[in-house]
Amino acid sequence: MKITPITRYRREHRRSTAAHGVAGTEPKNESIDRRVRLDPTNAWTAVATLFSAFALAVVPPYVKAQQPAEANQGDAVINIKMLYLEEYQERPPALSNIFPRPEDQGEQGAHLGVADSNTTGRFLRQRYDMSVSRVANQRAALQSARSSVDAGLAFILANVSADTALTLARDSSISGKAVIFNLGSTEDQLRATQCTTGLLHTIPSRAMLTDALAQFLIRRKWQKWLLLTGPQEADKAWVNAINRSAKRFGGKITDERTWSFNTDLRRTAQQELPLFTQARSYDVVLVADEIGDVGEYVSYNTWLPRPVAGTQGLVPVGWHRVLEQWGARQLQNRFQEQAGRTMNDVDYAAWVAVRAIAEAVTRSKSTQPAAVYRYLLSDDFELAAFKGRSLSFRSWNGQLRQPIPLVQPRAMVSQSPQEGFLHPQTELDTLGYDVQETNCSFEKSL
Amino acid sequence: MNQKNKVQRMCANALVGACLMAVSLAAFTETAYVSNEKDNTISVIDIDSLSVVETLEVGMRPRGITFNNDFTQLYICASDSDAVQVMDVASRRIVSDLPSGEDPEQFALHPNGRNLYIANEDNAIVTVVDTTSKTVIAQVDVGVEPEGMAVSPDGRWAVNTSETTNMLHWIDTGSHELVDNTLVGQRPRHVEFTNDGGTLWASSEIGGTVTVIRVKDREVLQTIEFKIRGVHRDRIQPVGVKLTKDGRYAFVALGPANHVAVVDAETYKVLDYILVGRRVWHLEFARDEELLLTTNGVSGDVTVVDVDELKAIKTLKVGRYPWGVAVAP
Repeated sequence: MKITPITRYRREHRRSTAAHGVAGTEPKNESIDRRVRLDPTNAWTAVATLFSAFALAVVPPYVKAQQPAEANQGDAVINIKMLYLEEYQERPPALSNIFPRPEDQGEQGAHLGVADSNTTGRFLRQRYDMSVSRVANQRAALQSARSSVDAGLAFILANVSADTALTLARDSSISGKAVIFNLGSTEDQLRATQCTTGLLHTIPSRAMLTDALAQFLIRRKWQKWLLLTGPQEADKAWVNAINRSAKRFGGKITDERTWSFNTDLRRTAQQELPLFTQARSYDVVLVADEIGDVGEYVSYNTWLPRPVAGTQGLVPVGWHRVLEQWGARQLQNRFQEQAGRTMNDVDYAAWVAVRAIAEAVTRSKSTQPAAVYRYLLSDDFELAAFKGRSLSFRSWNGQLRQPIPLVQPRAMVSQSPQEGFLHPQTELDTLGYDVQETNCSFEKSL
Repeated sequence: MNQKNKVQRMCANALVGACLMAVSLAAFTETAYVSNEKDNTISVIDIDSLSVVETLEVGMRPRGITFNNDFTQLYICASDSDAVQVMDVASRRIVSDLPSGEDPEQFALHPNGRNLYIANEDNAIVTVVDTTSKTVIAQVDVGVEPEGMAVSPDGRWAVNTSETTNMLHWIDTGSHELVDNTLVGQRPRHVEFTNDGGTLWASSEIGGTVTVIRVKDREVLQTIEFKIRGVHRDRIQPVGVKLTKDGRYAFVALGPANHVAVVDAETYKVLDYILVGRRVWHLEFARDEELLLTTNGVSGDVTVVDVDELKAIKTLKVGRYPWGVAVAP
């Protein structure tokens, strides 16, 4: 006899991604009203319904699903309200577009975080609700965030551009009243020179990613790097990050080449790339191509038979579908079940942000943004999040400390920090901007 | 040992070959079963010779394993087969499946020998199965990723840990209702009652701690921390816990720290750290607590620790990712 799987109720909250297509639609000021609530009561009604069907079918009638035990804190339910805010961002056309980024990336991770937190919350009489707002530009994002804060939503999960994240955090009607989590921007300046009180980052910075990669390459004694870069602004930012990492860990960039391919490289890579990568010696070819334009075609087409790493090939990531260690498989299964696809780095950044809020609310016993923020940045805060170590926030710039996996498409290759890269506090701080490298005023209280 | 001596005396005058055979047969009493998570097998270890004598194929991703009260049956959580398999110990063959709910990971048998409490990791549920009638008698909603399970010696409590909710859930075995929750450190993995049922020990893998809780009022008595020279605190990740019957020691497997901590079970002081294999997960006693066996996932072996000397004395190669261990007399 098999038990009817009961987590399936999550499927009921799966919404077609088509309905969320943003491209081509006008910004909707009323988008804030499109609330998606993962109401635990409803969810559990669904479970209970499933259960009764199951109980009638196979189990004697006296068996029933037990209601969660009431926590002994009186009757009041504690409500924690969040806003998931996504700003549409233009993605330039890319040659390699076989695996497009999912349109609901981030949002699905946040939904799972809310569901997980509500499963925990029902033992503590906490209820997490999330409103979803998808907007077309910064102006609309600001409007949406302001009206949410006015309505008492103190936690904003921001999947927006770096500039918008800063604008939100510095807005006089938001700052001090809400905690903003940056889920979408890896921009280093947000962590180095522009860090802002109230703005936390759960997605790793570019510097964290390139440091993670550099440590691995140095550990393998692959010190000479040929750097290929794309023409986009983001690619230049990646180049800056890898230059910094090279200096920190002793990598040597032997040559740097920018492509301007205007042919369809998918058909000509075998002719073009060996010439483009022609050089006397290098240990590894690094690719800076964040949108995935031509980077996918470099592997196996280099002049010297060398591995490819960077934004393609061996890639440092915040999260990836191949991760299964440290219990990650359970998270991947839950996500797949809910979203009908695999979990990526932005989904993880959203999930971990919601879990951090829930953990801070539970341990600090407060729902006030100021108290939660203080707890998140205190030494007491730690979060288990399937990366083999407890995660915490850096007190100097609000970046989530986390190990960075290095993956190839079908397996994890390694995870940084690598052994031997030491730090007086925690080796996790060998990745990204350390306190001495940061030049900005960031407060540990709102 | 007595049994062995008796047999030796009995056949003192017999032929040497027959005698040796009798000795080895009589000594072949204690056997350890180790589940190999990534091999879908169970390694059978003869405790007398401390060697692997057989490898048995079982369901997919075997993790938690435990015996029934008279050691005639071995229950195996075959997580990816979504089943608890029942192995007949005499024939070492799988004879049936128990209904288990999805993704069973760990379980504990009620002292009545009948009710099995199973943590269904993917489902946030504890399933209670009657092993005699092979039916589900209750399912209890718990936190996210239920993992550790223990039933108190008096049979009153079933306690489950949920890894992502960071709680211990107290289930009344009479009503099968969840009556209380205890918040503990990050990622609680395993719970173990003391022999007298007075306290409960719970390990928190990412928190790096073991919490000791008084059962009668569910108050936290102590939070034990660990420190090993040269090992970063992030790598000290307590998982398996085993307590000696006399209340002297608690052994705590520290995961990727590759050590087992020895804790004075009365003062909660950490007495020693024993170096074992890589990523040590679960523990079990053998030879009436003379030996402690540890499963070491990454190195794929079992370390045998001498409990009196507090020293590792032997390492046995088993399958890939050994997870659980159970010993039958």
